[in-house]
Amino acid sequence: MADLHPLHVTVNGQAHRCSIAPRTHLVDFLREDLGLKGSHLGCEHGVCGACTVELNGQIVRGCLTLAVQADGGSVQTIEGLSQSGVIRDLQQAFVARNALQCGFCTSGMLMAAKELVETRPEATRAEVREWISGNYCRCTGYHAIVDAICDVLRQRKETQA
Amino acid sequence: MKAAAFDYVKPDTVDQVIALLQTHGDDARVLAGGQTLMATLNMRLSEPLMVIDITGIAALRGIERRGDVLRIGALATHTQIEESALVKQHAPLLTEAAPHIAHRAIRNSGTWGGSIAYADPAAEWPACLLALGGTVVVQGPRGERRIAADDFYLGLYTTALAPDEIVIAGEIPLARPGQWHGLSELARRHGDYAIVGLAASAQRQGAALSGVRLAFMGVATTPWRARRTEQLLEGKVPDAATQAMAVASLRAEIDPLPDLTNTPETKRHLAGVLLQRLLASAHA
Ligand SMILES: Cc1cc2nc3c(=O)[nH]c(=O)nc-3n(C[C@H](O)[C@H](O)[C@H](O)COP(=O)(O)OP(=O)(O)OC[C@H]3O[C@@H](n4cnc5c(N)ncnc54)[C@H](O)[C@@H]3O)c2cc1C
Ligand code: FES
Ligand code: FES
Repeated sequence: MADLHPLHVTVNGQAHRCSIAPRTHLVDFLREDLGLKGSHLGCEHGVCGACTVELNGQIVRGCLTLAVQADGGSVQTIEGLSQSGVIRDLQQAFVARNALQCGFCTSGMLMAAKELVETRPEATRAEVREWISGNYCRCTGYHAIVDAICDVLRQRKETQA
Repeated sequence: MKAAAFDYVKPDTVDQVIALLQTHGDDARVLAGGQTLMATLNMRLSEPLMVIDITGIAALRGIERRGDVLRIGALATHTQIEESALVKQHAPLLTEAAPHIAHRAIRNSGTWGGSIAYADPAAEWPACLLALGGTVVVQGPRGERRIAADDFYLGLYTTALAPDEIVIAGEIPLARPGQWHGLSELARRHGDYAIVGLAASAQRQGAALSGVRLAFMGVATTPWRARRTEQLLEGKVPDAATQAMAVASLRAEIDPLPDLTNTPETKRHLAGVLLQRLLASAHA
């Protein structure tokens, strides 16, 4: 059996020290060890995006990242983003536009949408579509999700002006 | 699925990586961005006993101009290349290609060196490296070696890299004034691997092209250059007549492999469509 490795990581602003098997990927660590069940697992090979979390300020596939690789770093999950209020407008737009039904994809969608609205404030509707095509949704048909993200891009631009 | 158990090490230097590879041989795997390796571990297509995480090696990072080449460190991520002003200035083909590689969360982790070393025949970076006449810089127990991209890709997922060597950088000759480049690909969904893709470059001599390089993705066991068609285009103005001649030449030259959904005939047709589009854009 492989040895456990020390892991020192800040998750949603809170420091954790523990030991972990190297094969554990980041989302299993968040869900099973920390009880943060907002990040989901669909495919576990990088395709569906349900596991998307922020590592050191950028979104990553939590199923293709080892928990030990987050050592010394900081992770934001949907729980942290919800509590801090940084994506309240995105969450409200998702509700207003009926952009979530079962909600399985929603945490990953919001993670991806957050990086989009922060890094591409001028994104067109076509670019929004391309960007979120990396996250699978089985319920909404995407249209409502694209609408919600476009609403937020517009609102954020207006409040900036 | 979940990965089988393995040991994990995170060395600080390339020499340590090489020593580990020599000790553990085929039981060890190098981990860079993990965007291919982790998926194969999760699916248990591969069960190494030891994973060597190279992401802590500072010497493998960075994008810089060195003399007449742009040197991109193995650990530069797809996103870093996409956003680099130096890349845009000196190797704009890469700036154009980057958004076609998967999706943002994957581009934030996946690396230049990982893509070059993994050698997927449908991937963007190997084809771009070939189209731009780049060089792969590798390091092993006998020191550093430079391998022309033309000599690096040997077969399906097979390269000139020895088992105890790693890719440390890829170098691209700086784009000269009058350089033309183009990238076009067909994928089922934006961000998926190309069904067929084409990365091309040439020098403009007035309205004519010289030194044409046409590197196709998704048609062979390696990224593949259409050398006969390249030669035919030498010194020609890419007008409608030349386009038609080049497409006919390409379709006679290319011998595409099928994939799960596309026959060789479909791919032969699509390759011609991409070439026609790119030559038309070179003429515009
Ligand atoms: C859903 C999905 C879609 C994708 N779509 C595309 C796409 O459209 N186009 C595309 O090009 N790629 C695509 N990729 C692959 C992605 O670009 C990978 O990042 C890349 O192929 C591998 O780079 P990595 O850094 O992640 O390498 P890793 O996964 O860490 O390693 C891959 C392989 O290369 C070896 N390796 C890594 N670095 C080195 C090195 N420096 N020297 C020697 N060997 C090394 C590893 O041992 C391993 O065998 C996709 C991936 C996913 C999960
Ligand atoms: S669970 Fe990670 S991408 Fe599907
Ligand atoms: S809301 Fe059900 S998967 Fe997207």
